[in-house]
Amino acid sequence: MKKIAFPVALILAFAGLPLLIKSNYLLGILIIIGLYAIIVIGLGILMGYAGQVSFGHAAFFGIGGYTVAVLTTACHWPSIAALIAALILPGLVAAIIGGPTLKLKELYLALATLAFGILVHILFNELKGITGGPSGLTGIPYFTVGGLVFDRDIRFYYLVWSAVLLVSLGVNNLIHSRVGRAMRAVRESEHASESVGIDTAALKLQAFVFSAVLAGLAGGLYAFYVTFISPSPFGFHTSVQFVLMAVVGGLGTFWGPLLGAGLVVALGEALRWATPLVIPGAGGEYQIIFFGAILMLVMIVKPGGLGAVMDLFKKSEEGEAH
Amino acid sequence: MKKKRVLTGIIAAIISAGLLLSGCAGSKETLKTGDGGEPYKIGAVIDVSGSSSSLGVPEKNTLQMLADKVNAAGGINGHLLELIILDNKSDETEAVLAVKKLINQEKVLAVLGCSSSGPSMSMIDTVQKEKVPMISLAASSTIVEPVQERQWVFKTAQSDIVTINKLMSYLKEKGLTSVALLYMNNAYGDGGRAAFTAAAQANGVKIVVEEKFEATDKDMTPQLTRVKTSGAQAAVVWAIPPSASIITKNFKDLNMGIPLLHSHGVGNQNFIDLAQGAADGVILPIGKLIVADQIPDSDPQQEVLNRYIEEYSQKYNSPPNSFGGYAWDGFYLLVNAIEKVGADRAAIRDTLENTRGYSGVSGMFNLSASDHNGLHEDSMVMVQVENGKWKLLK
Repeated sequence: MKKIAFPVALILAFAGLPLLIKSNYLLGILIIIGLYAIIVIGLGILMGYAGQVSFGHAAFFGIGGYTVAVLTTACHWPSIAALIAALILPGLVAAIIGGPTLKLKELYLALATLAFGILVHILFNELKGITGGPSGLTGIPYFTVGGLVFDRDIRFYYLVWSAVLLVSLGVNNLIHSRVGRAMRAVRESEHASESVGIDTAALKLQAFVFSAVLAGLAGGLYAFYVTFISPSPFGFHTSVQFVLMAVVGGLGTFWGPLLGAGLVVALGEALRWATPLVIPGAGGEYQIIFFGAILMLVMIVKPGGLGAVMDLFKKSEEGEAH
Repeated sequence: MKKKRVLTGIIAAIISAGLLLSGCAGSKETLKTGDGGEPYKIGAVIDVSGSSSSLGVPEKNTLQMLADKVNAAGGINGHLLELIILDNKSDETEAVLAVKKLINQEKVLAVLGCSSSGPSMSMIDTVQKEKVPMISLAASSTIVEPVQERQWVFKTAQSDIVTINKLMSYLKEKGLTSVALLYMNNAYGDGGRAAFTAAAQANGVKIVVEEKFEATDKDMTPQLTRVKTSGAQAAVVWAIPPSASIITKNFKDLNMGIPLLHSHGVGNQNFIDLAQGAADGVILPIGKLIVADQIPDSDPQQEVLNRYIEEYSQKYNSPPNSFGGYAWDGFYLLVNAIEKVGADRAAIRDTLENTRGYSGVSGMFNLSASDHNGLHEDSMVMVQVENGKWKLLK
């Protein structure tokens, strides 16, 4: 009963939110948060449970986006088929590059994913015949299932947050399963887990592919939302932002990805308005300083990230129950 | 215990709601109303920071200056003008959120921006759905085409094709029919390449060699060496500084011995300074602002050009550039429309579309249902750099 009550309360909260929020701007923010949260959930699995860092997830995000863009505009695929392809293709790419890359450890793995991210970004720019080059692709249709067209922010909000909820619940089940426990064992000690018969290489690869699939899902949805795609949102900067969200949110926590994505996006929007009040005439460069200061504060006060604060609630709760 | 869990959820919801709401608390700020009543609100999403900030900063300065001027003169028909400028950090996702904020929170009548093509493109879906007039300050012609899918979108910067037609007439006039094309590998350079290639074919100009370089490249000698051996009669470069300046320096060092033509993307002092004396002799098509002191009195734009230069220099102690000019034109096209029809988005759109013979900084605007840019070849002139100064070619 108690296990059900919480998710149900959460689902009701997100289902009811648009009744309070009439503004497409706030819905837009929530949609972007939701898209990023999907990616950060995957990254959280990779970093928090399998112990691997990726600085190339913007590439998978972009591959998902371009898959939808190309298949719907040039090949006229139905949107649901294009979205499924946007899950499969990044997963395939991750499986191919994951084999050799995941044999690398620590810094070298981070560097390899970084190089991969830059490479894919260059391909988006160079493969003009497919991606439209630096000018991008326009005219991506709205996401349509049956007769239902997701052409308004409120509809898209429900689409994105249904995906977030499904992914969260699926991941929550995964980390409490045998695979989840094995992943945590790999994070703590690869050698120890190998000695008890865990196939660490396969496990890391699975986590990598899974996180790429989620990034592809978010990318596909992004393309349907903005209906225009160009290489610029899929650069190195974005990859770093995803890692930032994962770390600030807290690795290995249920709430971490949602809070991390929420904080980074909401803070960006708040600072856009607040910075000129503090420093008149200031642009985005100054926002980055504020941003950095707040992030440092989080890391100093709560190194486990925001998700750890939420888990603290849970722990004190469990303590009382004893 | 169950209650506690629900409580945790509620706390999470409150925290996130608080974060979100803090983002829109700024909308409370009100202007003193003029005699006529409610102020007219217009918004702008500008690339003030990030990779396109060299475009965005003069645009923001120009818009701020003009809004202050309109308000000092009593506003529009007695309504003060409230201009809200948001920075998109040259980022497409940020531009989408910023335009949604302007439309849904601030309820602006119309939106100006963005400074560059990518962010402008990303806002189109939102303004089309919300039916809000938008005037982009960026170059790409796909921002306003196909026009039946862009009823609400206008732009004030000349499309590449206008610039290229001007350049083509010059090439043909000088009998330069086989040229080398060099371009920067980004949206600007690629747009120029596509338009130039199409126009060259139509005009019987042959591109004998085509080379590209990265915006961050520090040496273009290899590309130019290939041009030298190709037998081209002239080199056409589509780039912006600093790479445009570097290639110009390389060009001089190699003693190429053929004319060097650039695009309007180099139309600022920065280009000449960075080229360190190598810019002399460079020829390019550009808007008239840069040679405002040399154009004949009979030119219909002369008055507005001088007015812009005088006002901008006075306020910011530096001469304006053509990017700020796009903002000037966007601002006045919009303000003139609002002055005519008041606070009605659809009527503003219709008025914009029917603007004819508006003499702006970027040219003479003749908009129509099939042309949401409205600028033609007569808005451009050919100029040449002479002793580090721009000189009008007759």
